[in-house]
Amino acid sequence: MSFLAIKGLSARLRDTSFPILRDVFLSVEAGEVHGLVGESGAGKSMIGKALLGILPTSIEITHGTIELDGVDLLRLPPAERRRRIGATAALIPQDPLTALNPSRRIGPQITDRLVDILGWARSTAEARARELLDEVHIPDPVRVMRSYPHELSGGMRQRILIASAFAAEPKLIVADEPTTALDVTVQKQILKLIAEMQARHGTALLFVTHDLGVVSKVCQSLSVLYGGMVVERTTVRDFFREPAHSYSRALLAATPKYTDPLASLTPVPETVIAAVQAEVAAHDRSQRNG
Amino acid sequence: MADLFTIEDLRLSLPDMTKKPLLGQAPRIDILKGLSFTLPKGEILGIVGGSGSGKSTLGRAMVRLLEPTGGRILFDGQDITHLDEDGLRPLRRRFQMIFQDPMSSLNPRHRVGQIIAAPLSLHGFADVPARVMDALDHVGLSRGFANRYPHELSGGQRQRVGIARAIALRPEFILADEIVSGLDVSSQAQVLNLLEGLVQELGLTLAFISHDLSVIRRLCSRVLVLYQGEIVENAATAEVFDAPKAAYTRELLDAIPLPDPDQVWT
Repeated sequence: MSFLAIKGLSARLRDTSFPILRDVFLSVEAGEVHGLVGESGAGKSMIGKALLGILPTSIEITHGTIELDGVDLLRLPPAERRRRIGATAALIPQDPLTALNPSRRIGPQITDRLVDILGWARSTAEARARELLDEVHIPDPVRVMRSYPHELSGGMRQRILIASAFAAEPKLIVADEPTTALDVTVQKQILKLIAEMQARHGTALLFVTHDLGVVSKVCQSLSVLYGGMVVERTTVRDFFREPAHSYSRALLAATPKYTDPLASLTPVPETVIAAVQAEVAAHDRSQRNG
Repeated sequence: MADLFTIEDLRLSLPDMTKKPLLGQAPRIDILKGLSFTLPKGEILGIVGGSGSGKSTLGRAMVRLLEPTGGRILFDGQDITHLDEDGLRPLRRRFQMIFQDPMSSLNPRHRVGQIIAAPLSLHGFADVPARVMDALDHVGLSRGFANRYPHELSGGQRQRVGIARAIALRPEFILADEIVSGLDVSSQAQVLNLLEGLVQELGLTLAFISHDLSVIRRLCSRVLVLYQGEIVENAATAEVFDAPKAAYTRELLDAIPLPDPDQVWT
């Protein structure tokens, strides 16, 4: 059985009923890295947010189940759900500067969750934090734990958030565009670090990104989203070798490749957009009639 | 062809306010450390480098939003290094800028038509409405867009408005600072293809600042690689990609994640 199984998940805007997610099926095995790709507004971040229980209040889930380690999260009472998510899942956010509290030292920002939510002793949590900072290759963890976020570089801050995400040995981590704000040379280090940590801890990873290059480096499988709908789910090898859906092919063609300057940069053709929009509309009709 | 820009030993330092003592002067940090290069007319020059390498500062010095602290900038033969605002005013029309984030560089309370018209009126152009329509045509937006507000547009459409505002003045030089980094790949491809066409059609010279080497490879004829305020590589695009000389350029190239599972990172 899959470690994470999302079945028929649909969500919409509360006030206008505008669909955000349309009947999403998704499964991630223990220890697998699964990419969620698509353009902005495709709903890729919303899947991660739904699963972590941090959807904006303007969005409501209308159908479906999110099974994490065999338990349907949506059926649990809110307090129980939060506890379960906190104990089994974690997030690596996009922007390390807004994710860290600027007025507090790094140490407590890593350990608070372990102490307050998981009930660890403060000394155990601090020892664990030092060990993790060491694991993400931060020199002098003791000094860094006493530092404030502004005293560290962007890459260092992202390392801290990675350490923090792995701190309570979660079984699933959602990484939401974790390297978008970084330089390419730092991005490479961070992606390698995420892959290394994921392999060492055997964590399942849901990797949200708009960058197909990044997907090809860290994921084993991926789902391509358009209009809140999964248009293709496949392995990374098959996706880059022979993408099945015309929209997937068009996305690949629009992605620039410095090794192939002339073949790159074809915008997604209007016919492909029309076709995928027709699929979305057909799906909506079948929902209404069914 | 003649050089539009000749830049000699360009230096720029700024006070480091984080290290300013309570009383007295802040120490200065050198952002640009003696850059020399030329930009021939009609070229598309890519400027790359990591964050803090000085690429935006260089761009802003070229269009004289910043005043250099050393060296010289010649624009079309004229020394603009230390020109004051009065001296720069007649030149301002001739070099334009397109910004990274159209949401913060387009006035949210103005309609697209007003946004494009404002610099035209400021520079005393006649037939402003006709020029606005012409600019919209050039960037592939229908004329109805003149009545819309920026928030009604997609990211790619907003960036087209930024381009329309710049080209409406018929400038000779455009500085584009990370103009596609906030866009999806499809809109990015559209904006880049548009820009490439406009450069040819209008005879523009373009400096294109970007951290994305794949985009640079496609668009630019020459590339300048900056590292910590110095030029480490200045060559034709094919040369930079096929036979990079500087170790830093190779490091940058190696770090690009190609959309290809067979590329293995060491």
